[in-house]
Amino acid sequence: MGFKTFISVFLGGLLMIAGSLGAGESPQKADVYAITNATIVPVTAPIIEKGTVLVSRGRIVAVGAEVDIPKEATVIDAKGLYVYPAMINSCTILGLYEIGSVRATLDITETGKFNPDVRVAVAINPASVHIPITRGNGIALALVAPRGGMISGQSALIKLEGGTWSEMLIKSPAGMHITFPQVSPRRRFPAGEEDEKKVSKAIQELKDYFKEARRYMERREGAAQDASIPAPPTNLKFEAMIPVLKGEVPVIVSVSTEEAIKEALKFVEEMKLKAVFHGMTEGWKVVDELKKANIPVILSSLYTTPREWEDGYDAPYRNAGILSQAGIKVIFSTGDAALANNLPYHAAKAAAFGLSKEEALKGVTIYPAQIFGVDKDYGSIEVGKVANLMVTNGDALEITTQVRHLFIDGQPVDLKNKHTELYQKHRRKK
Amino acid sequence: MKRLPIIAGGILISLLVLLPPLVYTAYGQDLLIKNGRIVTLGKKGTIEGGDVLIEKGRIKKVGRGLRAPEGVRVIDASGMWVIPGIIDTHTHIAIEGGVNEGTNSVTSEVRIRDVIWPEDISIFYALTGGCTTCNTLHGSANVIGGQNVVIKNKWGVSADEMIYHRAPKELKFALGENVKQSNFPSIGTQPRYPQTRMGVEALLREKFTEARAYMKKWDDYNKEKKAGKNPLPPRRDIQLEVLAELLQGKVRAQVHCYRADEILMILRLADEFGFQVSSLEHALEGYKVADAIAAHGASCSIFADSWGYKMEAFDAIPYNGALLAEAGVNVTINSDSGERIRRLFQDAAKCVKFGGMSEEDALKTVTLNSAKCLGIDRWVGSIEEGKDGDLAIFNANPLSAYARCEMAIIEGKVYFDRQAYLQKMEKLKEEAKKKKEEKKKSRTNE
Repeated sequence: MGFKTFISVFLGGLLMIAGSLGAGESPQKADVYAITNATIVPVTAPIIEKGTVLVSRGRIVAVGAEVDIPKEATVIDAKGLYVYPAMINSCTILGLYEIGSVRATLDITETGKFNPDVRVAVAINPASVHIPITRGNGIALALVAPRGGMISGQSALIKLEGGTWSEMLIKSPAGMHITFPQVSPRRRFPAGEEDEKKVSKAIQELKDYFKEARRYMERREGAAQDASIPAPPTNLKFEAMIPVLKGEVPVIVSVSTEEAIKEALKFVEEMKLKAVFHGMTEGWKVVDELKKANIPVILSSLYTTPREWEDGYDAPYRNAGILSQAGIKVIFSTGDAALANNLPYHAAKAAAFGLSKEEALKGVTIYPAQIFGVDKDYGSIEVGKVANLMVTNGDALEITTQVRHLFIDGQPVDLKNKHTELYQKHRRKK
Repeated sequence: MKRLPIIAGGILISLLVLLPPLVYTAYGQDLLIKNGRIVTLGKKGTIEGGDVLIEKGRIKKVGRGLRAPEGVRVIDASGMWVIPGIIDTHTHIAIEGGVNEGTNSVTSEVRIRDVIWPEDISIFYALTGGCTTCNTLHGSANVIGGQNVVIKNKWGVSADEMIYHRAPKELKFALGENVKQSNFPSIGTQPRYPQTRMGVEALLREKFTEARAYMKKWDDYNKEKKAGKNPLPPRRDIQLEVLAELLQGKVRAQVHCYRADEILMILRLADEFGFQVSSLEHALEGYKVADAIAAHGASCSIFADSWGYKMEAFDAIPYNGALLAEAGVNVTINSDSGERIRRLFQDAAKCVKFGGMSEEDALKTVTLNSAKCLGIDRWVGSIEEGKDGDLAIFNANPLSAYARCEMAIIEGKVYFDRQAYLQKMEKLKEEAKKKKEEKKKSRTNE
């Protein structure tokens, strides 16, 4: 409760500041937009043909077939076009990665096993060329997550617009990222006893760390209540664990193989954690247990091959459909930065192999907003929500579809990026 | 006299060994595809409700209302899209062990055809994405890597039977960061020459000069021999021999390259020494020198949108294909991966998105253009009478993100059939379950 209130107050505050800034700097006309004559796909409500979305001061103020357009509105005639909520990429390294082979441009992985106190938020480079490229395909929000070690650090949910990381921030921490110990799925030879021992030892180490953090929390709480109990010396790593242990911040557990998912389920139950699982290439093999534990799933890139041929060539594609049919929320992500714009195609791939198209779309819009706790403001076209919208000439998840307009916080966003600029520069003059 | 049965046995055994591949290559299969949307990518365009008749592995007829000769299998493709089998111009699949002889900078003597691994599951995965033909070649560790092979993805046959003998011989070259070993420090070892792009050019020039001298030695020898003299033959050098063949136009060059500067360098060098660069592999900055590439007549075998993973990949743009095509370059999209090879048809769709290629032209980047790039377009790459019966069947427009490959056919034989596959997998699962239960039972009985 306390956390939720804090977040909504925090967000509200941010919006008020953003709103007042906007009002001060620009004439009112620029704050009101009407996208008319469009096929509107609200995601959480039925499709509206020839509808209008009215945006004012950053928010959606009206949606429907019959909307009165105020005089001051800038009208965008979207005849033949579609309006969708802008998409959310639920795991990326945007802002932490520039050029893969150049170490100086990478801030993804900290050294050491336990880094709960590291926050990606402060390392996000707003000038990364990958941000406008991702945005160019209709993606407005992204989770930026750290990697490495066992507790990798705190991720942040950002909007892909803004001059500083603090302007871009929507929520930090969005989750505490755990790279769950598992035998590498890409092995030439089957795992031996030695590998399995290593993994179970690592899991034990992870549990011990959580237990130690809990003892720290309890000692601190005890000291706060009773002056005669000495407070433990401040440990910033354990301090960062407190909201996680209290269930205010979810753990986002990266895990992919069947055996490891089962272990991870035991782990989050034993440690009493609010959890989201990420990666989950073999999630379809653990469907019942996942359903029972009611854990949402952020799939990593679908562009992978199965660990064993017996799983079927299409196992990574079927995965989402199987999970979804069992009632598990399936969310999509790309994991990277350079091809984070490919997000919708991963969702469509799942739709080609058993997931309904509606669920595929939800997996890049409303579901991520829900699991990150921001669905009050994001993820669908509803009155009162932040106007993060994309206007396209076709189905949102199709490769050949063009994004014509993107609105973030109710303002049109420039779709130019490094790629379009080089393209324009080298186009042949006709 | 006792030897006779041994000799006869020997002949019989060698016949048995030799005959099957001969029979196999001589006869493909018969097949009729009915009622599909046939995207021929040839003169007949797209035929709604069309049929393709394959006879002995070759396309006999394309049209409407074709009838199957007696006993010929008929596949109903109602509601399906039938396109030419997809051709991947750059893969490293079906190779046993490493794809690089990464010791020397020049290893033109090594051949992929000697290390084909027909059990690589990537061959089957390629089929599941409608890919029927692959150029499988060396990696980019060496300036001159070795000789390629073109295979048909005939999952389940021997290495020899996979080779597509009609494809001209090609030699893999590589430029830039990989050959100068920029991205992996060689700690404790002497750095290998070359370490810079200028070293790469100098090394190539040196090797081509050596090859010229080698050719001259043989020319002189042959002349003297013809004149009735009895000259001593030059010592055979299999490394220079291939380079000599390149300079004589018997072998073509496939050149891995990224930056515009190195692309210009290799084209100029090729013009100077008089050889043909058949394709620039990757050519991420090809769009910056598209006119020079078009003038040389090299194809570009590129990624749809991979970029940013290396310094030399930082100016790569997904519009590369469209810009090159506008300049008149033959453009093909490759996978370079045992995973991406499953979705080349969707990479082709990116040519429509970025730069507005027509759907037909986009499909050609993974079929007909690829065949042209490899010099095999007389036999594969489009659905036309006389060509190989290589087809891919999809449940929707293959450029759709929702499309799924249903079948892959090579020379009239169905190598991948999704429905049959699913049934087989189901059966295997049941059998495995039964076996498990039986084991349990026998254990409890004990």
